[in-house]
Amino acid sequence: MDLLSNLAIGVETAFTLNNLAWCFAGVLLGTLIGVLPGIGPLATIAILLPITYKMGDPSTALIMLAGIYYGSQYGGSTTAILVNLPGESASVVTTLDGYQMARKGKAGLALATAALGSFFAGTVATFLIAAFAPPLAELAFKFGPAEYFSLMVMGLIAAVVLAHGSFVKALAMVVLGLLLGLMGTDVNSGVARFTFGVPELIDGIEFAVIAMGLFGFSEIIYNLKAQEARDLLKEKVTDLVPSRQDVRRAAPAVVRGTMLGSFLGILPGGGGILSSFASYAIEKKISKHPEEFGKGAIEGVAGPESANNAGAQTSFIPVLTLGIPTTPVMALMVAAMMIHDVQPGPQVMTANPSLFWGLIVSMWVGNFFLVILNLPLIGIWIKLLQVPYRLLYPAILIFCCIGAYSINNSVWEVLMIIPFAILGYYFKKWKCEPAPLLLGFILGEMMEEYLRRALTLSRGDWWVLLDRPLSATLLGIAAVLIILMLLPSIRKKREEAFEGEQD
Amino acid sequence: MARMTLYNKRDLLSSLMFLGFGLLFLIYAQDYNMGTTRRMGPAFFPTMLAVLQIGLGLLIGILAFVPANTDEEPIHSTDWRGLGLIVGSVFLFAQLLPFAGFVVAAPVLLLLASLASPESSWKERIAMAIILTVGCILVFRIGLEMTFPIWPPSLS
Repeated sequence: MDLLSNLAIGVETAFTLNNLAWCFAGVLLGTLIGVLPGIGPLATIAILLPITYKMGDPSTALIMLAGIYYGSQYGGSTTAILVNLPGESASVVTTLDGYQMARKGKAGLALATAALGSFFAGTVATFLIAAFAPPLAELAFKFGPAEYFSLMVMGLIAAVVLAHGSFVKALAMVVLGLLLGLMGTDVNSGVARFTFGVPELIDGIEFAVIAMGLFGFSEIIYNLKAQEARDLLKEKVTDLVPSRQDVRRAAPAVVRGTMLGSFLGILPGGGGILSSFASYAIEKKISKHPEEFGKGAIEGVAGPESANNAGAQTSFIPVLTLGIPTTPVMALMVAAMMIHDVQPGPQVMTANPSLFWGLIVSMWVGNFFLVILNLPLIGIWIKLLQVPYRLLYPAILIFCCIGAYSINNSVWEVLMIIPFAILGYYFKKWKCEPAPLLLGFILGEMMEEYLRRALTLSRGDWWVLLDRPLSATLLGIAAVLIILMLLPSIRKKREEAFEGEQD
Repeated sequence: MARMTLYNKRDLLSSLMFLGFGLLFLIYAQDYNMGTTRRMGPAFFPTMLAVLQIGLGLLIGILAFVPANTDEEPIHSTDWRGLGLIVGSVFLFAQLLPFAGFVVAAPVLLLLASLASPESSWKERIAMAIILTVGCILVFRIGLEMTFPIWPPSLS
């Protein structure tokens, strides 16, 4: 069977001692930094990205980055359960029942449920990627520049629809991101654009710097005034092994969450966030004990955590097959691939099968490490959480500065954090979501290039975007999405779906 | 004509920001060659986007005067002290690192940034600065082999 022989290639790559070690290091570092409140997967990967620069093999680099991703995501759930602080937006839902379970002395059970549910979800999602990526990549080979351009338009609009907050503002943020992405040398004419006379801007702005400024720094400045109100559990976390009755309640929720998350994760936008919210809503609706939700229902942890992890993993599908990131974290993965001279897209699978399948198998390995790493190490994470925020935020700042400096071994990147930190602070004040900006930023140059090629091929005829059926369909979907968003009734439904996500 | 009422100050401010960025990019894009649709020049796509940005900015501004978009949550005033301390500490770090090394730049950043939180005591701040400086050197420089200068280059 094709699938099995492909997975065998992956096993060969992922199970080398070197790659296993880096995968483990990635998961450990990711969890360590992800546990720190106020620093999510995006900033964590951005800080640690430079470590991979000197790795000779891009597979190793990507395996480690993927490990950091799961690790930090899992770290986010740990803080959600233990201190009622979501480490990242997707674990907001986990705080609802996870923290209540912890308060009832079932912190160990909640953490174990989250870990085991995530592991199951990760395993299923790994196989889904292995099964669905090749046919999708096949389809992608039929794409011409017009299709790619339309796909990016559709992807960006869908990402905005599925994100929360004002639709028009999010669109404006996408466009701002696209414009910022065009700064630097134009690949076609060699003209240095929007450098404002600063030679350092000729290469454009580093993605990781923008991510750190908008997500790490602005968050810190915004939270300085907030009073510290964290009530950490004082008791020891015990009883990690779920009872038979717990398993009976949690298992179906895990399966449902996995299916939901796997599907939603492929869609552009906040796959992770949306799937955890949707899973929670479904579990509450079909439960025989809906009154227990919000008071420590195990399904309320099992479902969303599995959904979230499955979604996080299947969000690799569009990147690996089409080369199009659907979330800011995936945009960072694309940036990492390009640094290692891997052009993301359908050709990765054929040109670099060991990287492609190695990464997929390592996802499963990474999830396995998470289980064996996190359950015994919970004591350490709790110790880390006892450090008050006033001592943590300087640590986050110095990590970001080291990460930024290491991008090019120059202080220019450190200085460039400053404008984005200030910008991000006001974005937060004015409720402008920074995630769409990052997606636009990474796609800006690609969109321009595809549009240029499409128009050159059609001799300047704009109709090429609608003449080709696939391209027309994609633009049609985008148009329908925009129209739907303008209908008041649907807008209200969307607001309800994201209700309670006020952070 | 009825007087217009502002229902959403946040959106009005964001709209002004988007308009500003749009105009900035639009004006600067005109320095480059526009080209034709058949051969897009470097100014083509940015101009398109900048016009779109201005359009969206205007739309957001107009919608701020529509009652359906009411946002009554107050906008907190800018925390100038916190913003200044964090930004200043990063700026100083960047200035000091190449000349004085990490052993000077890191404690300066950590101490200055920690001033932004009124809850810390000096004893705590100094302990934190020492532990983090040493810890970062051990983890990032020695463990992960990142290459930032630990000591002032003139000494080594």
